[in-house]
Amino acid sequence: MPTYTDLTRCDGCGECVDICPSDIMHIDPSYRRSFNVEPNFCWECYSCVKYCPQHAIDVRGYADFAPLGHKVRVRREPEKGTISWKIRYRDGREKAFSFPIRTTPWGSIKAPGDYAPPGMEALNSPMLAHEPEALKVTALPTLAQSDTAAQSKV
Amino acid sequence: MARARKTHFVDCDILVVGGGFGGCGAAYESRYWGRDLKIVLVEKANVERSGAVAQGLSAINCYMGMHCGENQPEDFVRYARGDLLGLVREDLVYDIARHVDATVHKFEEWGLPIIKNKATGRYLREGKWQILIHGESYKPIVAEAARKSASEVYNRVMVTHLLMDSTRPNRVAGAVGFNVRDGSFHVFRSKAVIVGAGGGSHIYRPRAVGEGMGRTWYAPWSTASAYGLLIPTGAKMIQMENKIVLARFKDGYGPVGAWFLLLKSYATNAYGEKYEAAHIEKLKARVGKYAESAPLPTCLRNHAMLEEMKAGRGPIYMHTQEVLDSAEKEEIGWEDFLDMTISQAVVWAAQNIDPKEKPSELITSEPYVMGSHATCSGAWASGPEDFAPGDYQWGYNRMTTVQGLFGAGDTIGGSAHKFSSGSFTEGRLAGKAAVRYVRDLKGDQPHVDENEIRQLEQTVFQPLETFRVGRNEFVAGTVSPNYITPLQGLQRLEKLMDEYVGGYSTYYVTSEPLLKRGLELIEMLEEDMAHVGAEDLHQLQRAWELRHRILTAESVTRHTLYRQETRWPGYYYRADHPNLDDADWHVFTASQYDANTGEWHMGKLPVHHMVD
Ligand SMILES: Cc1cc2nc3c(=O)[nH]c(=O)nc-3n(C[C@H](O)[C@H](O)[C@H](O)COP(=O)(O)OP(=O)(O)OC[C@H]3O[C@@H](n4cnc5c(N)ncnc54)[C@H](O)[C@@H]3O)c2cc1C
Ligand code: SF4
Ligand code: SF4
Repeated sequence: MPTYTDLTRCDGCGECVDICPSDIMHIDPSYRRSFNVEPNFCWECYSCVKYCPQHAIDVRGYADFAPLGHKVRVRREPEKGTISWKIRYRDGREKAFSFPIRTTPWGSIKAPGDYAPPGMEALNSPMLAHEPEALKVTALPTLAQSDTAAQSKV
Repeated sequence: MARARKTHFVDCDILVVGGGFGGCGAAYESRYWGRDLKIVLVEKANVERSGAVAQGLSAINCYMGMHCGENQPEDFVRYARGDLLGLVREDLVYDIARHVDATVHKFEEWGLPIIKNKATGRYLREGKWQILIHGESYKPIVAEAARKSASEVYNRVMVTHLLMDSTRPNRVAGAVGFNVRDGSFHVFRSKAVIVGAGGGSHIYRPRAVGEGMGRTWYAPWSTASAYGLLIPTGAKMIQMENKIVLARFKDGYGPVGAWFLLLKSYATNAYGEKYEAAHIEKLKARVGKYAESAPLPTCLRNHAMLEEMKAGRGPIYMHTQEVLDSAEKEEIGWEDFLDMTISQAVVWAAQNIDPKEKPSELITSEPYVMGSHATCSGAWASGPEDFAPGDYQWGYNRMTTVQGLFGAGDTIGGSAHKFSSGSFTEGRLAGKAAVRYVRDLKGDQPHVDENEIRQLEQTVFQPLETFRVGRNEFVAGTVSPNYITPLQGLQRLEKLMDEYVGGYSTYYVTSEPLLKRGLELIEMLEEDMAHVGAEDLHQLQRAWELRHRILTAESVTRHTLYRQETRWPGYYYRADHPNLDDADWHVFTASQYDANTGEWHMGKLPVHHMVD
């Protein structure tokens, strides 16, 4: 039902609970394993599938329109900066794809507070952080504020 | 209250509500300018994967390429205006366009893989405004920047209400909400608040209504909180009738941009006819010169598809098999969906559709309420100080009509076609303006009334109590005479919006009598919200999401009633006013809700054209 958890693989770590944007992966109190409490609020976003350390979560397409027998499986490897997909059709055909996900090390973004502080006069200019350099043009474009601009020209 | 409940008080200078693209941009920029300020980000999910971009994207849909001479901000204003049939805030659209390239260049520096054109070395263009990315981790990358910006991040705190200052009228003072995990009550007292809580799915009945109801195009967690939080404050809202309907791959809701623009695929009716051109002449009679805009506006392309479907010439097909003639193109086609709409790949696998061999069906979606796409519902906001006309500015950029209350992304109205990059950029604009606002306050603190907080606490947790008491009266199941569950309330809302306010079941047609009847039913649903029962904290979140959706739906219905024309055929039709009417309606529709009297005040606001 959109996502479901393999009882034998799940160790109840809670990563899926922590990541699900819909708050629908919960830990079953008696099995101590995760399950999807509200399949009809699942977007099949695969966040829980990607973040499960045990690869215990899989997806079965929505019963409303997805005939049985398919599989779309994924392995996301942040440290390698890649994601790999394996697709199996209802009729058994298979496809595989792999794509990059990031070009820099995780955690390497320079915090805005680590740049030299801007002068206070800049706070009153229309310029945002890192401009105009980050725009790669010499000046921030602007429109003339003329009286005609304030006229409605229907 | 049955149980003792913890309350957390958080005092800050800037509170960012919602850690999506707008919110992350706001956190980043406010830290850049406000080094010593306390900046708090509050998010109902986990910023790592929250919001509309949780699963990733395969394109950035708003990028000028100014330094390569590709486009200038004026060009973008013309495009957004044409697509929305004349009605956008040109100052806001221009402002996004002139800054957005810097945002995108920063994303690339942070590690977002942007695909290059091998011949020119520039970003590979999907279309005139779009560039292609390997965007599976778009959100985690942007979230990393936001986490490094905020003083504190509160994940899993659902914000239910904004707080108003108790000593000064029309000034924001913070927000309240609850922790979805431990049930603690959170009170944020803040000098400025920036709302980036996103647009709305599930206002209208989705195409799939069983297990598949979560597979909407906009995420099921896009609960229209941007509007549901703002409306009760009395902030002026505009263009709430301007909901968007999208032509998408059927059932999976896979986007069509890369297929039409980059891969040069095309759509036909079931008989292989390219149908769009055949509808233009008739469209001219409805919307006049706007039918000649190039490219043809999004809503008018929907209109042509709907005419074909009504005439029984569906299914409509996207001819993927005509264009996937190399391994490289096949990869692009698959990555497009695996990066942002995995369900469409699931549909292909489940229905034995190899896009290299067979076409795929397209269909129009149910309507969504948003401010960042080919649509611009949202709050009336102050424009850029250096060129916005006098009646478009009253202080700080992106501040709503409530003092100290800012917005970004879907929150802000009139500023169409922002998409992910523009929403982040708008967050940056709001973040910088909020720092200026806080500096100008010179230490003036927000005042929050203790009684009001206690009353709100009672209100916020009431659905748990309603369930606990009501549940004792029957054996088992979901049928109670005394309460409705959040899902029952949601499905009532979706059904009535669909049937009375122009959903897909009427082919998006509505009229004054239908809208008035719809309003009666919405009002009864609002009354029933006093009896919503939540069995646990997760359902309590659903109850408040529903509340935000209902407020938004009422606003949408009132605006749709107020605008007596059909401005955007293909998004919705007023059967009693079937044509576009520039003489009376070349204006923004505006509403203001008065929380004390429960009245809605409707009006018109001027559309100024600043670019030829
Ligand atoms: C399928 C799909 C395809 C798209 N394709 C593209 C594309 O190719 N290119 C492109 O540029 N854009 C694309 N977009 C559009 C883009 O995602 C949006 O324009 C953008 O995310 C809007 O930003 P936002 O900040 O307004 O909302 P969001 O990014 O959705 O952020 C809203 C945030 O607020 C949080 N929140 C909501 N309510 C509350 C509350 N009550 N309390 C606390 N937190 C709350 C949410 O959890 C979320 O994190 C696409 C969107 C979708 C869904
Ligand atoms: S992340 Fe995986 S292992 Fe951990 S609880 Fe979820 S399904 Fe089980
Ligand atoms: S696929 Fe997404 S929405 Fe569904 S359970 Fe997993 S994380 Fe939640």
